[in-house]
Amino acid sequence: MLSLMSVPLTLLGLLEREPSHGYDLKRDYDAYFGRSRPLPFGQVYATLGRLARDGKVVISDVAPGEGPDRKRYVITEQGATEVETWLTEPVEPEPHQQTVLFAKVVLALMLGRPAAQYLDTQRAAHLQRMRELTEIKRTGGLVDALLADHALFHLEADLRWIDLTAARLDALAEAIRS
Amino acid sequence: MSGVSIAAELPEPRRIIEARDVVLSFGETPALRGATVSAAAGEILAVMGPSGSGKSTLLYCLAGILVPAAGEIWYDGRRVDTLAEPQRSTLRRDRFGFVFQFGQLVPELTAEENVALPLLLGGARRTAALTEARAWLARLGLDGLEERRSGELSGGQAQRVALARALVAEPEILFADEPTGSLDSLTGEHVMNLLTAAAREEGTTVILVTHEPRVAAYADREVIVRDGRVNTLSPDRVAS
Repeated sequence: MLSLMSVPLTLLGLLEREPSHGYDLKRDYDAYFGRSRPLPFGQVYATLGRLARDGKVVISDVAPGEGPDRKRYVITEQGATEVETWLTEPVEPEPHQQTVLFAKVVLALMLGRPAAQYLDTQRAAHLQRMRELTEIKRTGGLVDALLADHALFHLEADLRWIDLTAARLDALAEAIRS
Repeated sequence: MSGVSIAAELPEPRRIIEARDVVLSFGETPALRGATVSAAAGEILAVMGPSGSGKSTLLYCLAGILVPAAGEIWYDGRRVDTLAEPQRSTLRRDRFGFVFQFGQLVPELTAEENVALPLLLGGARRTAALTEARAWLARLGLDGLEERRSGELSGGQAQRVALARALVAEPEILFADEPTGSLDSLTGEHVMNLLTAAAREEGTTVILVTHEPRVAAYADREVIVRDGRVNTLSPDRVAS
C-alpha cells in the first residue's frame, strides 16, 4: 500500500497514460500498487474530486446514467507537470520507501519515461544521506553512531533493491506491457 | 561591498587523474567500453558497480597497471598510457599507493619490514625506512605488532599494515580495491575511518573501488560503472 500522499499522484500518473473512469483507475491501481490492500472506491472518487477541484484533472464526458463512474477523467497540464516533478525528484532518503519507489518505477515504464535515470537519481540521494550519517558517526558519540548505523543498514537495503530493480527494468517493462 | 563572490576567489580544484573514453577487453570479453572519469586533487572518489561491471579494471587502467586498447589516461597533466612499462612502474612506486582486498603482505617479512618496503625500493636507508614504518604503524594503532609476520596478524591488523605500507611513501594517489571486502563490518569501518582520516590529513587523492554503499559513503563523491561505462551520479568537482 502506498502512503496517503502518493495515492493522488499515482492516480494522476495512471491518468497521464490515458483518460479513464474511476473504475478503471481502481482496477489498475489495485493490480500494480494495492495488491495487499485495494483502494476503496470511496477513496478513488474522493481523490478524483479533489484533483478536479484543484485543476489537475477535468471531466471530459459523462455517460448517461447515475453514479460517479459515469465520469471520464482527463489529466490537465498542471496535473501532468505535477506527475513529472514527482517522478523526477528523489524520494526523501528514509528507509522503507520501496513502495513509493516501486510506484514511480512502474509508472515511469508505463509512461515511457527514463526509469533507470530516476533510479540513479534516487541512488545518489541515498548515498548523499549515507555520507551525512557516516559523518555523524565520525563526529558523534556512541548513541549517535548506533542510531546512524540503523539508518545506514536500512538505506543500504533500499540501495540493494534499487540495484536489483535497475538490473530488471527490461523484464519489468515487458511484464507491464503484457 | 564588492560584487566578487567568495566562490570566485577560491582556487579551482586541480584534476589529478583522469580516464578518457577508455576501452579494454580481455580476449573477446569487453571490460571497459568508453569509460571516462576524473578525480580532483585531494578528493576521495568511490567507484561503484556490480560484479563484472569493469570497476576494478578501470582502477588498474588509472593506476597504469593495465594499458587500455583505446582512450587515454592522464596523471597530473601527463599522459600515462603511452609510457613504457618501466616508466609506469616508477610512477606507481613514487606517486601511487595500493590497498587490495587480499594477500598483499609479503609473508616472510615482519609488519614493519612490509611497511618499509616502498621506501627501501625507492632508495631509502634501512634504518630511516624502518623508523618511518614504525611511525605509520603507531599512527594506525598497531604499536607492539612491528615484529609480527602476516600469518600472526588478524585480518583487520593485516589490512592496517597494508594501509600503512600504501601511505608510507606519501603517495599522491591511493588506489584501494575493495579494501574492506574481507573484513567484518566493525573492522571494515575501523579501516575505512583510518584510511579516510589519513588521506585527508595528507591531502592524498583516493580512488576507492567498492560494491558496498556503506564503504562508498566515506567518499566525497561516487560514480557507478555499468557495462564498462561510467555514470556520474554527482557533479564532477572539476569543471570540464
